[in-house]
Amino acid sequence: MAEVEMRNVSKSFGQICAVDDVSMKIADGDFVVLLGPTGAGKTTSLRLISGLERPDEGGIFIDGMEVTDEIPAARDVAMVFQQYSLYPHMTVRENLSFPLRSPLLKMPQGAIDKKINDIAEILQISHKLDNRTTALSGGEMQRVSIGRALVRDPAIYLMDEPLSSLDAKLRADLRIELKRIQSQIGATLLYVTHDQIEAMTMASRIGVLEAGRLVQLGSPRQIYQNPVSLYVGQRLGLPRINAVPANLFAGAPKGAAVIGLRPEHIEQGKGGKEARVLRLEHLGDQTQLHLEIEGHKLVTLTDTHSKLKPNDTVLIQPRNPLYFDTSGMRIY
Amino acid sequence: MAEINIQNLRKEFDGFVAVESSSFTVADGEFFMLLGPSGCGKTTTLRMIAGLELPTSGAIMIDGEEVGQKPASQRDIAFVFQMFALYPHMNVRKNISYPLVSQGMRRADIRNKVSEVARILGIEDILDRPVSGLSGGDRQRVALGRAIVRDPKCFLMDEPLGALDAEFREHMAGELRNLHDRMEATTVYVTHDQREAMQMGDRIVVMNHGVIEQFGTPQEIYDFPATMFVAEFIGSPPMNLLHLEDNLPKGADSVTLNGETFGIRPLREAASGPLALGIRPEHVQIDDHSNYRGRVLSVEYLGTTQILTLAVPHGDPIKARIAADVSISEGATLGLRFRDDMVTIFDRNLGRALISAQQGKASGHG
Repeated sequence: MAEVEMRNVSKSFGQICAVDDVSMKIADGDFVVLLGPTGAGKTTSLRLISGLERPDEGGIFIDGMEVTDEIPAARDVAMVFQQYSLYPHMTVRENLSFPLRSPLLKMPQGAIDKKINDIAEILQISHKLDNRTTALSGGEMQRVSIGRALVRDPAIYLMDEPLSSLDAKLRADLRIELKRIQSQIGATLLYVTHDQIEAMTMASRIGVLEAGRLVQLGSPRQIYQNPVSLYVGQRLGLPRINAVPANLFAGAPKGAAVIGLRPEHIEQGKGGKEARVLRLEHLGDQTQLHLEIEGHKLVTLTDTHSKLKPNDTVLIQPRNPLYFDTSGMRIY
Repeated sequence: MAEINIQNLRKEFDGFVAVESSSFTVADGEFFMLLGPSGCGKTTTLRMIAGLELPTSGAIMIDGEEVGQKPASQRDIAFVFQMFALYPHMNVRKNISYPLVSQGMRRADIRNKVSEVARILGIEDILDRPVSGLSGGDRQRVALGRAIVRDPKCFLMDEPLGALDAEFREHMAGELRNLHDRMEATTVYVTHDQREAMQMGDRIVVMNHGVIEQFGTPQEIYDFPATMFVAEFIGSPPMNLLHLEDNLPKGADSVTLNGETFGIRPLREAASGPLALGIRPEHVQIDDHSNYRGRVLSVEYLGTTQILTLAVPHGDPIKARIAADVSISEGATLGLRFRDDMVTIFDRNLGRALISAQQGKASGHG
């Protein structure tokens, strides 16, 4: 494993600047998740590191060596894509061993067997090694494609939404599994997703991308608790952070235009202003309370057995909220 | 608007029983969810209410009138499908007007009616646009407009949000529920997404293998699942089921796990043999004084809360949802406690919950 660095990297496609002066160091053993909506530059960043795209400006460094001009095969990276691309005519074992059979590696058969068995154990697919890949479930196929990346010892693993085509239950299981595998083998991993749950639960650090720029890089807790902008604040948290005018409540600092209120920033029933209940949504583990205050809508959480009904009023006030200026930058 | 009453409804296809014997009532103005995995019979039930399938036996009453054997066109209902089928060569206004034109309504009346529907849906500004260039959300709004413009007795919806991505789906679900609250039209809605059912429904029927497992309000079903299927189908993560062998008399108000006593709601029936203790993740509490220990396998941070996966001595690992500000590390061993009033005991052989005190009244086993 190794340290990977993007240094002032930019990449445009025609008029569109996909990656705009991004600098980022991924430390050895780091699990970095790039988060952002479609078009933010996540996949392009990944492709730049892998060598599938060449930067217009800046450089890519692996273990301190510049690889900007190297072809993908010379970069020692392993990629896992959203769509698992396995060889359908081969067994799981043959699929997993394929990257090791490269004539360049000259790996002896015994070493290949040992490696495959180790990886199969980690992925819990040992009992399926001699099955055809076509006989596997979706989750098993995706585990095999992850396994095919893992049998190698690359400088870095690059993963592009590898869980997005799986159903919710399997995604939840594989999130935990991938995190476990990564820490077990000490892998350096760069992972791209637009799913905030994946980012929060797996990343050691999250990089938030906005229109090609890396706007914040930090631990999930840092990003959630201390977003540098409203945009970053809106990337994490369900229900989403509420954004209302700063003058709606007393106490806004000078220059504040917007108050960012997460559910835990809204105190109910202890003073402040009256808000009207629009509706309650019972999700079981939580009840979302939809409120209206002076024409602004807010969503917060309330007790699951709350007796509130539409058109009731509740007193609400902010508690340690986040403040943003007119351009959406955090000021307090 | 209408009340829909389903009595002993059954449907077989060439010997395969799609719906076994369903009975339930959808109250006038209610937003009613048919929830279950694929193949559970929910869509077949909906199609029978619509008149797109005829029941093998049983009755469907709409406002007291038996319609089970009547064709769809005589039932005065509106059906909204997952794939919203719009006429691609017509603009938005013509798409919405179409059902009224084919009824022979006067042009001035159609105009007024379409304007009213467009206002309700917030699509007045796109009425004269072709449907081909519209976003997914606007297309769905137009499809809804075409359904509501006729003022039918009830709406039947088959996964109308299924094709949308997660974030937008959440938004449209809220919008749909708002629309319902303004129109108060009886709605039967089919989904396999438990979160969607919880979010929108006044009441939910949970189906599995053609059989109704439970019906009740979202919170009743969540708090007091009648079967192990419901316990594991509802909730994300689902209810934890700790496996145990025990002999519990009628009136028992505790169970013992590894020497630690856990309070439960007093049982109204006795049970013995393979049982399961069901507890929702947010009702698992960390308590250093408890001798019931769990080892932390993973910690998943979610902002307001975090989810712990814990290896315990009874069956599969369990999940606990706790506040995000508690610092927990992987590999740690924690004492655990379960909220007494939120424990459900199941008989694993029968797959159903034991009857206990203080349970939600409407939460009956179907």
